[in-house]
Amino acid sequence: MARQFTPKVVTANALLEGDAVYLTADNRWSRLHQEAELIEDEAHAQLRLLHAEGQRQVVVGAYLADARRGPRGPEPIHFREVFRTRGPSNYAHGKQELRHV
Amino acid sequence: MYKYADFDEAFVRTRAAQFRSQVERRIDGSLTEDEFRPLRLMNGLYLQLHAYMLRIAIPYGTLSSRQLRQLAMIADRWDKGYGHFTTRQNIQFNWPKLSDVPDILDALASVHMHSIQTSGNTIRNVTADHFAGAAADEIEDPRPVAELIRQWSTDHPEFQFLPRKFKIGITGSPNDRAVTRAHDIGLRMVRGGSGAVGFEVIVGGGLGRTPMIGQVIRPFLKKEDLLPYLEAIVSTYNVMGRRDNKFKARIKITVFENGIEAFRDAVEARFEQVRREFGGTDQKVLAEIEGQFAPPAFRTAPVTGYDEARAADPAFRSWTDTNLTAHRAPGHAIVTVSLKAHGTTPGDATSAQMRLLADLADRYSHGELRISHEQNVILPHVHRSDLPALYVALKTEGLATANVGLISDIIACPGMDYCSLATARSIPIAQGIATHFKAIGLEQEIGRLKIKISGCINACGHHHVGHIGILGLDRAGVENYQITLGGDHTERAAIGDKVGPGFAYDQVVPAIERLLRAYLALRDHPAETFIDAFRRLGPDPFKAALYPEEAARDAA
Repeated sequence: MARQFTPKVVTANALLEGDAVYLTADNRWSRLHQEAELIEDEAHAQLRLLHAEGQRQVVVGAYLADARRGPRGPEPIHFREVFRTRGPSNYAHGKQELRHV
Repeated sequence: MYKYADFDEAFVRTRAAQFRSQVERRIDGSLTEDEFRPLRLMNGLYLQLHAYMLRIAIPYGTLSSRQLRQLAMIADRWDKGYGHFTTRQNIQFNWPKLSDVPDILDALASVHMHSIQTSGNTIRNVTADHFAGAAADEIEDPRPVAELIRQWSTDHPEFQFLPRKFKIGITGSPNDRAVTRAHDIGLRMVRGGSGAVGFEVIVGGGLGRTPMIGQVIRPFLKKEDLLPYLEAIVSTYNVMGRRDNKFKARIKITVFENGIEAFRDAVEARFEQVRREFGGTDQKVLAEIEGQFAPPAFRTAPVTGYDEARAADPAFRSWTDTNLTAHRAPGHAIVTVSLKAHGTTPGDATSAQMRLLADLADRYSHGELRISHEQNVILPHVHRSDLPALYVALKTEGLATANVGLISDIIACPGMDYCSLATARSIPIAQGIATHFKAIGLEQEIGRLKIKISGCINACGHHHVGHIGILGLDRAGVENYQITLGGDHTERAAIGDKVGPGFAYDQVVPAIERLLRAYLALRDHPAETFIDAFRRLGPDPFKAALYPEEAARDAA
């Protein structure tokens, strides 16, 4: 039996600021994980990643990260991705400063 | 202190201008990230978890007050008002925008600083004893030689694409404060039989995935042979080093796989060729550099007020007990300013703190500062009569913490709060240990202790050579911390041993407390340090304290 596909989001860093960004279903790059498109089909995930990789003047280092459905939108699974959604723990910098968290 | 010659100035300005053009081409899309990445790394610009990070070299840890003021200006203008001093005596800015980096490089060039070769498979910033030029136990100031190495290694055409990065550390003192045995090449100044100054050359040390203590390749090398010998080592490594596997590409593996004898033979053969090519130019350059490192005119004055202040103020007395080191000039002291106030991020300094330190360096330390690999700032030349006033001034920016060498004086890498390579966080663990032991009042009681924390196997936090080392890992999607015991970063360098399974994030501080309460119960007398007690007793009683359930089971 084929292994079940873990849903994904496409994430990257913004070219100018380096901040973590997420690809939305309407082809925007959002700073908010919960606005990301939750991709539940493996072939579609590859297409969305290709789309992201084509935007080399906007983002850097696009990849697929595991995610799950949450009450307000997709939520990260791994702690590294959780940290990327909120910024460092020693100062209220990054997304915390921008009141995105 | 060294001032750039016209050649240095022109070179650094040219590189900054080239990078400006490269950034423009990246932003307008004419360079892809794959093309741009090696170019930005050549200029110390990384892309981390939340932002870019610019790593700026502080050659051999020496800064002038003017340079530190410029770093404060950069922090305010283009970053978030602070900088992070690293375990390789560099400073990192965690939040620059890509489009601002060329302006930052120009601002650095105007104070004779750069970020060249702070990344990539090249010879990195040369590190040195942070007490160089001031320490009472020093044979000679190693910084002129370190500057010579900087000039030789910067843009060296043969060494821009080494198998892997290459780090050189140098000390002029028999008490090794530069961790020379954990460097690709470590240089320890020694006196030969005739009294002439030379170097013990150590090769193949390193931490990371495969920690190794360096081996002596030459017990005594004449000072004038240093550059040709270094060139022979790096050139031999460039040919013999492995390029098939990144994890086996450092010189420590080359030396280990070939054996020190075979590697030495190859280096000596190469040295015979290289030495003839040098022709003495390097010695002329060294003589010019040495002139620029002439010691300042130390004041001859009575040490008035110092003993009285110590007697009157217990807090000042405590600070002088921990934060001062013997200076070679009578009446003077080396002051280590702690960047480890309890609960703060190890190695971080705000722009206000940088400005105050620059002002205090001008007033009390001949305009000079040093950055230590232990992530503190040093005022190298302070007259003891100035210490009470200095202490009062340091307090105004939270810089008078009396904890150098104690449990809260922790080395910690940025970890997963910033670093894209990290597997777990380091900073909150350091903050947790520092605040906890202060709260339970055991810091002074525990005494001298080195805790070093890395957030991944690459060991930027030097955990292998901590008396207590903490390594953060990702175990099945959860942060997990491995504890090692018995490491040593000095001339008695040793790699600590793993004692058992790792601890969950919230179990690290309780584990360290059990360990240190065991030490307090086991030590012979209050002056027996943790590492001395560990060496006397071996790991078993400490292991039992870390894993009480296992110990109880074994006893049953």
